[in-house]
Amino acid sequence: MAIALTIGLGIQACNQSSPIDNQTSDRFQGRLVLTGSSTVAPLAAEIGKRFESEHPDVRVDVQTGGSSRGIADARNGVADIGMVSRSLKEEEADLQSFAIASDGIGMIVHQENPVNSLSNQAIIDIYTGKINNWQQVGGKNAPITVVNKAEGRSTLELFLDYFKLENSQVKSSVVIGDNQQGIKTVEGNPNAIGYVSIGTAEFSINDSIPIKLLPLNGIAATSENVQNETFPLSRPLNLVTKTQPQGLDKAFIEFAQSPQVHDIVQQQEFVPISK
Amino acid sequence: MGEKSKNQISLPTFIVWAIALSVTAVFCWILGDILWHGVGQLSWEFLTTEPRNAGREGGIAPILISTCLILAVCLAVSLPLSVGTAVLLAEFTTTESRFGRLVRRSLDVLAGVPSIVFGLFGNAFFSIKLGLGFSILSGGLTLACMVLPILIRSAEEGFRAVPTEYRLGAAALGLSRTTTLWKLLLPAATPGLVVGLVLGIGRAIAETAALIFTSGYVDRMPESLLDSGRSLSIHIFDLSMNVAGGDANAYASALVLLILLLLVNGMATWIAQFWLARRIKS
Amino acid sequence: MTLFNNKNLSPSQSDLVLLWILRGFALLTGIIVVLITAFLLLEALPVLQQVGWLRFVSDPSWHPVQGFYNLMPMLWGSLLVTLGAVILAAPLGIGSAIFCQYYAPPFFSGFYRQLINLLAGIPSVVYGFWGLVVLVPLIGKLQPPGTSLLAGIAILTLMILPTIALTAEASFSEVPTEYFQGAAALGISRWATIRSVVLPATKSGLFTGLILGTGRAIGETMAVLMVCGNVVQTPTSIFDPIRTLTANIALEMAYATGNHRSALFVSGLLLMVAIAILVAVAEGMSRRNIYG
Repeated sequence: MAIALTIGLGIQACNQSSPIDNQTSDRFQGRLVLTGSSTVAPLAAEIGKRFESEHPDVRVDVQTGGSSRGIADARNGVADIGMVSRSLKEEEADLQSFAIASDGIGMIVHQENPVNSLSNQAIIDIYTGKINNWQQVGGKNAPITVVNKAEGRSTLELFLDYFKLENSQVKSSVVIGDNQQGIKTVEGNPNAIGYVSIGTAEFSINDSIPIKLLPLNGIAATSENVQNETFPLSRPLNLVTKTQPQGLDKAFIEFAQSPQVHDIVQQQEFVPISK
Repeated sequence: MGEKSKNQISLPTFIVWAIALSVTAVFCWILGDILWHGVGQLSWEFLTTEPRNAGREGGIAPILISTCLILAVCLAVSLPLSVGTAVLLAEFTTTESRFGRLVRRSLDVLAGVPSIVFGLFGNAFFSIKLGLGFSILSGGLTLACMVLPILIRSAEEGFRAVPTEYRLGAAALGLSRTTTLWKLLLPAATPGLVVGLVLGIGRAIAETAALIFTSGYVDRMPESLLDSGRSLSIHIFDLSMNVAGGDANAYASALVLLILLLLVNGMATWIAQFWLARRIKS
Repeated sequence: MTLFNNKNLSPSQSDLVLLWILRGFALLTGIIVVLITAFLLLEALPVLQQVGWLRFVSDPSWHPVQGFYNLMPMLWGSLLVTLGAVILAAPLGIGSAIFCQYYAPPFFSGFYRQLINLLAGIPSVVYGFWGLVVLVPLIGKLQPPGTSLLAGIAILTLMILPTIALTAEASFSEVPTEYFQGAAALGISRWATIRSVVLPATKSGLFTGLILGTGRAIGETMAVLMVCGNVVQTPTSIFDPIRTLTANIALEMAYATGNHRSALFVSGLLLMVAIAILVAVAEGMSRRNIYG
C-alpha cells in the first residue's frame, strides 16, 4: 500500500498540470471536474454528491456541454473525466473508457394510437417516407408525424445504425434534441412516432403521461430486457479519461462502477451494468 | 387630457384597448399556467434546502444564491460600462459621425448574436483563456457582454430624449460638462436608463444557453465567485428537458424566478427614482 | 444636437478626464464586439478553408456528417420567423405602450406595466415549454404536425413584445408635456395628437426598440428550438416546420466534432452577416428621418 502510494505520488509530482489530489494520507482531497454529455450529467452529479459525502474534502464539479465536449475536454485536460453517452469511436481509441450504466432506446407512440407493434421494415418505411399514413400499418386514417433526433446525437447514430439507414434518407416532420422534448412532442400529437431513452419513457408512463413503448423485433422495450442484454438497441454511458486513471480519478470511477451506486443509477432511470 | 367629446368609442380607442386586453389575456394565461403548476411545490423549505435526486426533490437554495451572484457580477460590470458608452455616444458624438455610427452598428449586430454563441465565446475566453474556469465570475462577465447592447441603446435613447434646452441652459450658467452630466442629464435620462436596466435584468436572469458553458451546472452552495454555480434558468431547463419527472419543480423554480425578477425590478426602479429625486433637489 | 461637441466652449480639466474615461469605456465595448467576431471567424476558419464559402450555398442539403453543408433553408427560416414576429409584435408593442401612457386608467396602467416588465424576464425555456405543451398541439389540430413556422412566430412575438413596448413607453414618457398642451389648445383629438405629434417625436426611440426586438428574435435559441420542428427545409406555408440558424447551433453543437463543429460556427457567422446587412439597410432607409 505504502509503495503504491509512493508511486502514485511520484506520478502526480511529474504530472503537475493536474490540479487534484495532494494526498498526504489515504484521505482524498481536491476538486474533480467532469464535463460532457447532458444525458450522463444528472447521474454523475448524484454519484458525485454521494462521493463527496464519503470524502468530505473532495469537490466533484459536473458540467454539461455534450459528448463531443466530454471527449475534447478529457483530451486537452480541461476536465479530469469526460462523460460520453455512447461507445468510443475508432478515432477516440487513445482514451480510456469506463461504462457506469446502460440505456436502451425504444420507439414510442401516443397511447391512443391503436398500433401495438411495428416490424423493423415498417419502421424503416415510416422513417424513409414510404409509409406516411397510420392506415397502412393497421392504425387510424391519419398522417404520420415522424420525430427524429438532431444530427450527431448518439441516440440518432444508434438508431440509424440498427436500421441501416443514412440520415439523409430520413424524411422527418419534427427534429428534436433532448429526450424530454421527444416525449412532450409525442404526448401532444396523437399521430407521432419517435424514439427515446427507455428509462425516461418508463418513468413518464408511470407518471401517467399518455405515451407507450413499442416492442422492437418482438422484444418488449423494458429496462429488464436492456439489463439482460436481450433488447437490441442500447448504449453504454461512459466516463472517459486521457490516461489510465490514478488517485482521485481512479477512486471516483471505481466508485461510480460499484454496486454502491446502483440505486442512484436506477433512480436516474438508467440500467446498472451487471458485471 | 383625453376628455371625450363624443359618447361613441372611437376606432383607435377600441383598437388600443383590444390590444391591451388581448396581450394581458395571453400573458395571464402563461403566468396562470406557471402559477397553477408551481404554487403547490412552493414552500419555505423549497427556498432553503439543497436540490436532491437531480432536482426532482428538495429545494433550490444554492441555485437562488448563484443566480443572485451571477446577476450582481453582470450588473456591476455592464452598468458603468454601458452608461459611459451611452454618454459618449449621445453627448460627445453627433449622430452623423463615423465613430458613433460604427459603434452603434456594431452594437446592433451584437444584439442579434445568438446567446449560445456568447456562451461558447465566454467559455473559450473567460473560462479557458483567462483561466476563470466554470465559475460565477465567467458567467456574470459573459452575461455582461450580452446585455451591453440593450443597456447602451436604451440609455442612449434616454440621453437623446433630454431636451437641448437643458444643455444650453447649463452652458449659459457656466456649468462644466461633468457637472451638467452628473446633475442634469443623468437624472433627466432616468426613464431610458430604467428601461434598459429592466430589459437587461430580464434578459440576464432568463438566460440559459450562455450560462451552460460558463457558470456551469454544479448545484452546490457556491463558496466564492470562482465556484461553479447553476442559475435558476439552467435549473428550469434541465428539469423540464433533461430530467423525467422534473416538471413540477421546474414550474416552481420558474415561479421563484418571476418573484425574484419582480423584486429586482422593483428595487431598480425604486433606487432610480430615489436617486432622481435627490439629484433634482440638491 | 450635442452640446458637448460645441467647439466654442472651452472644456475644463475635469471634462477632459471625463471624456477620456468615457472613451475608455466605449473602447472596451468595441473590443468585446471585435473579440466575439474574431472568435467566430477563428472557429469557422477550418471548414471555410477546406470546403469554401460556396458549398454553404450550393450543396444539396444539410447533412454535415456526410459532408453536405447547405445553410440557406435555415437562413430563410431565421429571416421568416423574425420577420413574422416583428410584423406582429411592432403594432402590438407600440399599441401597448400607447395604451399604457394615454388610454389606461391609472391603476390599470401600473398593473399593465408591471406585467410587461415580468414578461421581459420569463426565461425563453418557459416560453418554449408553454409553446410546446399548449400552442403546438393547438396548431397541430389545425394542420399537423403543429411544430411550425407559425408556432415560432407566435412565441417570438410574445418574447419581443416587452422589449418593443418598454422602449416605446420610455420614449413616450419623455415627450414634453407642452406638446400635449399645445395640441389640446388647438382642439386636436387624443388619437390625432398621438398620430401626428407623439409618434413623429418618438421615431428614434421606437426604431431602437424595433432593432433590439429584431435582435432578440433573430438570436433567440431555446424557445424556437422547442416549437419550430427543426426540419431543414425552405418553408412553403406557415404550417411547415423550419429550422433556424440558432436552433441549428444549439441542437448539434453538443455532439459535433471536426468540420461539423466548424460548420456550426459558420451558421453563427452567417447570422451575424445577415444581421449586419439588416442593420445597414434599416439605417440607410431611416437615417434621414430617424435621428433628428
